Amino acid sequence: MQKKRVVLNYPSHLTDQPVISRLIKNYDLEINILRGWITPREQGRLVLEITGKRPALEAGMNYLKEMGVETQPLAQDVRWHEDRCTHCSACISICPTKALDIDRKRMEVSFHKDRCIACEGCIPVCPYQAMEILF
Amino acid sequence: MAKTIEEINERIKKGKAVVFTAEEIIDYAAEKGIKKAAQEVDVVTTGTFGPMCSSGAYFNVGHTKPRIKLGGGRTYLNDVPVYTGLAAVDLFLGATAMPDDDPRNKIFPGRFAYGGGHVIEELVAGKDVRLTATAYGTDCYPRKTLETYISLKDMNEAVLFNIRNAYQNYNVAVNLSDKVIYTYMGVLQPKMGNANYCSAGQLSPLLNDPYYKTIGIGTRIFLGGGIGYVVGSGTQHNPNVKRTEGGVPKMGAGTLSVKGDLKMMSPKWLRGTSLTGYGATLTVGIGIPIPILDEEILRYTMVRDEEIYAQVVDYSEAYPQCIPGSLGEVNYRELRSGKISVQGKEVPTAGLSSYFKAREIAEILKEWIEAGKFFLTNPVEPIPSVDSGIVFKSLKERPIKKR
Repeated sequence: MQKKRVVLNYPSHLTDQPVISRLIKNYDLEINILRGWITPREQGRLVLEITGKRPALEAGMNYLKEMGVETQPLAQDVRWHEDRCTHCSACISICPTKALDIDRKRMEVSFHKDRCIACEGCIPVCPYQAMEILF
Repeated sequence: MAKTIEEINERIKKGKAVVFTAEEIIDYAAEKGIKKAAQEVDVVTTGTFGPMCSSGAYFNVGHTKPRIKLGGGRTYLNDVPVYTGLAAVDLFLGATAMPDDDPRNKIFPGRFAYGGGHVIEELVAGKDVRLTATAYGTDCYPRKTLETYISLKDMNEAVLFNIRNAYQNYNVAVNLSDKVIYTYMGVLQPKMGNANYCSAGQLSPLLNDPYYKTIGIGTRIFLGGGIGYVVGSGTQHNPNVKRTEGGVPKMGAGTLSVKGDLKMMSPKWLRGTSLTGYGATLTVGIGIPIPILDEEILRYTMVRDEEIYAQVVDYSEAYPQCIPGSLGEVNYRELRSGKISVQGKEVPTAGLSSYFKAREIAEILKEWIEAGKFFLTNPVEPIPSVDSGIVFKSLKERPIKKR
């Protein structure tokens, strides 16, 4: 089984189609929707965690591409500006997935992209604007 | 046998001074024994790196041709207003000042992305900032407007001058209400969803010299990556609070006023800071050397996180309404572990003061002393201690009579 966290960008003509439903039914994939929103121009954006067998995952991603849905890995869109981080740890109690974690001995903060679900909880709590989410 | 600062400086000069950080000394002195360690160790270095309001800087920007009197007019650095009520071209920039057009909390919670602290960070980084001013004009200072770029190297003087820094201990902030609150202690989740603290604990300068026996007026320090001096006790300096048997205050107590040449400092240790829903400020790096003159002073520097207690305070009601009292006491070992227990509830903790950076500052100061680049000073005067009779006052309002 493989797991992928991706950001999907829907063109407006697809917002009335059951894209995700087909992805689940036809490709036997498990979908966990982390975030979703529709912009005023009716373009859609979804952040998904997709789990499935590797061939199915690849086929599913191809299906999305054919449908005209742009996909990109979530990790690309979340940035931890290490040079701005002071390791104060203000973000640590807010981050629900330990994507922002701290080594308690060194009291050093680190960011693990693979655990981030882009909930944006860290954005208002960081006093140094060290976290950036580019959606 | 007691040592003197002069003797310690002599050893620093010879490259023979024995220096430990406030973290390292704990185990070292415990192992060696206090008597032996006090003879052997010359200096213990401390450090702290956290948001410190009541920070600011003054500048003399040089006279223009023709001359302008900024005093009495309006002057800005990168749109952040500065205080000009001093003279012609002297300015004071406060860390929490913000641009006139910043929306503040009109769209709640405000972001406060740029303020005085950020201007200081940019200047220290060597960047150009925009100096803009309007003035009223006089016979000797006829000019009325000014718009120019300016950097730190263009100025005659640029001095960091903070009137209250390095708080000796602080509150642990929680929120008992049922909605999120945005405070100077960070974003606090409802129903005690988190607890924020702000002290470097066992590394913090004044927690290692709880009765101010060595830190006084004129003490040379690490300030913002350069050299600074203690000017005196800071505003709200309040030595008369509850203390542990070891003398460590159990709540906010002493403070320091510090100054130093901004031109020698680094943006790594002076950071513009934005507290969502609250405002902008400056995060300051301070490191203070403690000369180990005798066993008593050594004993103070051996303080451990588990011996330093702080009060848990509700920032939804008790703090804003000035209702005295505390929800409980916790120590810094618990705070740094990531969770505390308050009235039977387990609460996750987070810091606003960086322990990681505090340690780095203590280590840098140690290196400076070992390398013979930094010498200790005898204070000119001590700062007021527990025998001073200082009483911390709230403002007693007296209605102004209408005529």
